[in-house]
Amino acid sequence: MDTIEKSKVDEIEDTGVKEPVFMPEDSATIDRENRATVGEVFVDNPRMSCRDVNVHYGENHAIHDVNLDIGCNEVIAMIGPSGCGKSTFLRCLNRMNDTIEGCKVSGSIIMDGEEINSKKIDVVPLRAQVSMVFQKPNPFPKSIYENVAFGPRIHGLANNKVELDEIVVTSLEKAGLWNEVKDRLDKPGTGLSGGQQQRLCIARTIAVGPEVILMDEPCSALDPIATARIEDLIDELRTQFTICIVTHSMQQAARVSQRTAYFHLGDLIEVGDTTKIFTNPKHQLTEDYITGRFG
Amino acid sequence: MSKKSRTIDIVRAGMKKRKAAETRFRLYGLAAIALGLIFLSLLFVSIVANGYTAFAQSYVEIEVYIDPDRIDPEGKREDSVLSRADYGGLVKATLREMFPEVRSRRDKRQLYRLVSTGASYEIREMVLEDPELIGQKISVWVPVDDEIDMLLKGHIDRNSPEADRRVKDKQIAWVDKLISEEKIEKRFNTIFFTAGDSRDPELAGIWGAAAGSFFTLIVTLILSFPIGVAAAVYLEEFAPQNRFTDFIEVNINNLAAVPSIVFGLLGLAVFINFFGMPRSAPIVGGLVLTLMTLPTIIIASRAALKSVPPSIREAALGIGASPMQTMVYHVLPLAMPGMLTGTIIGMAQALGESAPLLMIGMVAFIVDIPQGAFDPSTVLPVQIYLWADSPERAFVERTSAAIMVLLAFLITMNALAVMLRKRFERRW
Repeated sequence: MDTIEKSKVDEIEDTGVKEPVFMPEDSATIDRENRATVGEVFVDNPRMSCRDVNVHYGENHAIHDVNLDIGCNEVIAMIGPSGCGKSTFLRCLNRMNDTIEGCKVSGSIIMDGEEINSKKIDVVPLRAQVSMVFQKPNPFPKSIYENVAFGPRIHGLANNKVELDEIVVTSLEKAGLWNEVKDRLDKPGTGLSGGQQQRLCIARTIAVGPEVILMDEPCSALDPIATARIEDLIDELRTQFTICIVTHSMQQAARVSQRTAYFHLGDLIEVGDTTKIFTNPKHQLTEDYITGRFG
Repeated sequence: MSKKSRTIDIVRAGMKKRKAAETRFRLYGLAAIALGLIFLSLLFVSIVANGYTAFAQSYVEIEVYIDPDRIDPEGKREDSVLSRADYGGLVKATLREMFPEVRSRRDKRQLYRLVSTGASYEIREMVLEDPELIGQKISVWVPVDDEIDMLLKGHIDRNSPEADRRVKDKQIAWVDKLISEEKIEKRFNTIFFTAGDSRDPELAGIWGAAAGSFFTLIVTLILSFPIGVAAAVYLEEFAPQNRFTDFIEVNINNLAAVPSIVFGLLGLAVFINFFGMPRSAPIVGGLVLTLMTLPTIIIASRAALKSVPPSIREAALGIGASPMQTMVYHVLPLAMPGMLTGTIIGMAQALGESAPLLMIGMVAFIVDIPQGAFDPSTVLPVQIYLWADSPERAFVERTSAAIMVLLAFLITMNALAVMLRKRFERRW
């Protein structure tokens, strides 16, 4: 705990060298020099602000002291090589890491002035507010209608069948799926194509009426055409939701996001406007990654 | 020095050996399956060959004069008098009338043995139902005695010395006469499927044991399915991973391997001696079998829950479903086929179990058909055990027939398990 407190001072000053923190043996070989976050960590009027977020999987220290603000109605992309902790960080934002045995998240994540990384917070309403779309399309093995209606039903968002129908229809419309499925709402959601399934999952998420949508590599299992549709959709959804998207496609990050965060081996290396990150990276590691020298 | 050989040559040279090994391996598998099938068919053939004759029973037609002087000398037609009257005497008189040449006391006794003792009960029932029959001569088909039935089915060798057989020469002559008069015929053995146990093989049936098995299994199902599923759900989905839950898990796995008779002793000590529950009752049998099947159901249910893809849970949790909602709406329906399969396998195990039930007194000779879970009764496997223990030749075929009935139930249950699984199975 002490080391975390000490490093916090450096972090906020944002002046470069971070004090070496305690690390388990396997990651001790990493050069800890020059790994403090560069770029614009803070934004005005953030939707969520994360301070000193550390994640441990048992002995493994997966994320080191991440500080990051997520702005309102922005699409923030998290990029980085495999195993860099971008998905783990994303899952901190709605406490999905709780479901993983042996995963410990420390630090502070504030939303609406409330500390969400606290035992006192009930994760059920939090996840209704900060909902998640996963890497692999995972519709429930039920009808398309039931897939979308599940969220509103468990949260009691609709008082009657008519309202529920309306939520289902608008959600499917927003997800750009309505025209394709309006004639087969009672057919199983698993019978759709991969891209349609992922849009169904997005519709299911939208139906709950969240404020922040977390997307964990939503297009990695899809072909380029389906990917393009999802990307268009993300762009449309930006007006109503704050979206955090994890992707390992740099082109996708460049296309859909306003800000980009580059993670490397558990450290947040650089954050900034997407255009700046891709045209003029400040950090050597970022430059190496986006120019394809590794990753 | 030889020149370095090419890989392909070495591979080719070894191909023959490799192929031979493949063939041998396949043959071992085939031989194992063939052996299994041979034993299975031997088992079935021997049981069916021994038992199929039990589904038929010989009946003899007798014309009984319902003598008012014997049955109701006072002519009041009161039930109390009618039900206690000497119907056996009527049957005996009828037989004497049919074979007037029989004079000696000894021969008469042998004559009376042609017909089952059940004949007098049958006539009694008829008279009690319709007292108008008194004074009339009625023709009824009654079951023959089990020894005669064995003779008619060819299980008794007519050519063996008279002293060696239970059926004497004179009896054979009377039977032959009855056959020539077409007064004996084989019919479907309804008694076997509708009666309870009896000391007389021709009157013994499996219905009492089947009803006992039914009530026992109902109690087992009602208790073990909810308890087993609840335990599995808790252990798999909600319980923290610590030493205590590890300890429980190890113990559940151990319980599955505990000999079933131990559960019987436990049932005797706890349910009967401590809680004072009735002996020989399906309720206690059900409780004991619940203890026995719980590990099976818990293990199968946990496996079913484990096989539900985690993406389904994440999907539900990711939009804010509580763990219980995730469970009830998504995980349970997907795990249900596996759980049901496990339960039915557990039930089939319970249906075939006899050892623990011996301990709690379900081995008693019970003639009445149980009407509920608290009546004394026995179960199918115990009935088989009891009949297998009886000396009469006719019980041999009834034992095999009862095994056939038990097997039929087991096959039905397993087929049901397969059907349920197919029906509930969904793709994701």
